[in-house]
Amino acid sequence: MAENISPKTIIKPENLVHKRSSVLTDNTMHYCPGCGHGTAHNVLAEVIEEMDIQQDTIGVTPVGCSVLMYNYMNLDMQEAAHGRAPALATAIKRLLPEKYVFTYQGDGDLAAIGTAETIHSCNRGENILIIFINNGIYGMTGGQMAPTTLEGMKSSTSPYGRDKQMMGNPLKMTDIVATLPGTYYVTRQSVHKPANVRKTKKAIRKAFEYQKLNKGTCFIEIVSNCPSGWKMTPVESNKWMEENMFPFYPLGDFKVPEDK
Amino acid sequence: MEKELRLMKGNEAIAEAAIRAGTDGYFGYPITPQSEVLEYLMAEKPHERTGMVVLQAESEVAAINMVYGGAGCGKKIMTSSSSPGISLKQEGITYIAGAELPCLILNVVRGGPGLGTIQPAQSDYFQATKGGGHGDYHLIVLAPSSVQEMADFVELAYDLAFKYRNPAMILSDGAIGQMMEKVWLKPQKERSKEAPAWATTGKTPDRERNIITSLDLDSNKQEQFNIKLQDKYREMKEKEVRYEEFQCDDAEYLLVAYGTSARVCQKAIQLAREEGIKAGLLRPITLFPFPTKEIRRMADQVKGMLSVEMSAGQMVEDVRLAVNGKVPVEHFGRMGGIVTNAEEVVESLKTKIIGG
Repeated sequence: MAENISPKTIIKPENLVHKRSSVLTDNTMHYCPGCGHGTAHNVLAEVIEEMDIQQDTIGVTPVGCSVLMYNYMNLDMQEAAHGRAPALATAIKRLLPEKYVFTYQGDGDLAAIGTAETIHSCNRGENILIIFINNGIYGMTGGQMAPTTLEGMKSSTSPYGRDKQMMGNPLKMTDIVATLPGTYYVTRQSVHKPANVRKTKKAIRKAFEYQKLNKGTCFIEIVSNCPSGWKMTPVESNKWMEENMFPFYPLGDFKVPEDK
Repeated sequence: MEKELRLMKGNEAIAEAAIRAGTDGYFGYPITPQSEVLEYLMAEKPHERTGMVVLQAESEVAAINMVYGGAGCGKKIMTSSSSPGISLKQEGITYIAGAELPCLILNVVRGGPGLGTIQPAQSDYFQATKGGGHGDYHLIVLAPSSVQEMADFVELAYDLAFKYRNPAMILSDGAIGQMMEKVWLKPQKERSKEAPAWATTGKTPDRERNIITSLDLDSNKQEQFNIKLQDKYREMKEKEVRYEEFQCDDAEYLLVAYGTSARVCQKAIQLAREEGIKAGLLRPITLFPFPTKEIRRMADQVKGMLSVEMSAGQMVEDVRLAVNGKVPVEHFGRMGGIVTNAEEVVESLKTKIIGG
């Protein structure tokens, strides 16, 4: 019976329960096994496909692991300098106000070098969606300490663990932007389990729908893992994330529009 | 808006000219001596006149990256600043050059280094013409020497920037920015309704996705891209050199100067000729591409050249490269925000070139 189970016997129209989003390209993603970026890209692509807004969407990619995101999304995209994605998105949206504009940024990009751009875009209430992937580490450059690295957490530039006295405190960017009058919808999610993936997808959809209302910035943090940078297996990294990241960065909504 | 004669500051003239040239977006940040550009635009409400977007950014860094975003959508985008602010913009400018985006950057130069002073200077020549940020790239650099040229160069800068998909800089100075002169303003041009084929405007089914980036991790491809950029700069050098000659026909000595210094040199030439010294002026209008051939040609005619700049001597290096040792080339200029006067120029010509 085992011989009969092969891709040929399984891949039939009647067995199809899920298909690759048409908003993703056929390029193979470069992300490490178990990394959350692929799932985050996928749900974002699915929402854009389901809302049928591919031709009205412009994305801005960061510097970091997802710098090459434009290779994977079948969208018009601009690649920003480190931390500057919200500045690009500000101009794109103001010049093309009928388009959907999003940025996709990691923690080093958004919460360290791009802090000013993040806060001022949110404070001006730019009608854009900011997706913030927080895995507490600089993945692309080889696992250095990020602004969101937890106290005691080891990285290549905090090899004995983050010492708050010496290296400062982990920054809760989502908590900060939620206090700004310019933000309209602020939430923190994850993509490590099917139920969480569904919630994240729902949040992204809501954010794009809110963008039509011109009510302000939507900000979605996705707490994610970095198996390579954390030096763990994918399964270990997800467990570690639940036990260590979630208590400090609790999942849930920070700011939800009242009229919706 | 019809053609119109007004009395304006250079900074105001360029702001009005930007609206009339059909600029889609301006992103700026206040700094002396160019804040009038942003102030004028905010007061004029160009959004009501043409639909132009004007935004005061949180920093020069954010402003130049807004320029990148807007330019990536194929729009006519402008920013302005003065020396310390232009230094902050250099990261964005090299990304814009690397992504081959057209845009207009105005630098109303003040004395440096550091916070320096707020008075006029020409000490950003190297930064403007040799790249400024990291990597092998050049800006198209235009140097106005009057309020009229501040206005006129807006359209020229856009035309060249879009023709070559390259950022263009108007390299002015605090004197041109602040002084008032008569200026003819062109009639209002409509903002373009069409985007270039490469612009990010949303991927439609009839074309591949458009990506604006300066990244290519494959070094072979990156080298090919650099070769393409260099070809572009070579083409600019062949086709886009602009300059003006003043009393060069019978000149035995040549002053080379741009912007405010060129204005001073016109007076210096008058004074020199009253003393029987046949001096002429070659005024580069494009600093990149530089009028190398024209200066080389003048080296066959004159006995020496003086590069007059309000700096420690920056353009003089390009003059020397053009002349290649054929005749003596010296520099004269004041620094730190002091505008050179005509008498000093004549004196310097006598001591450094004629007597030397």
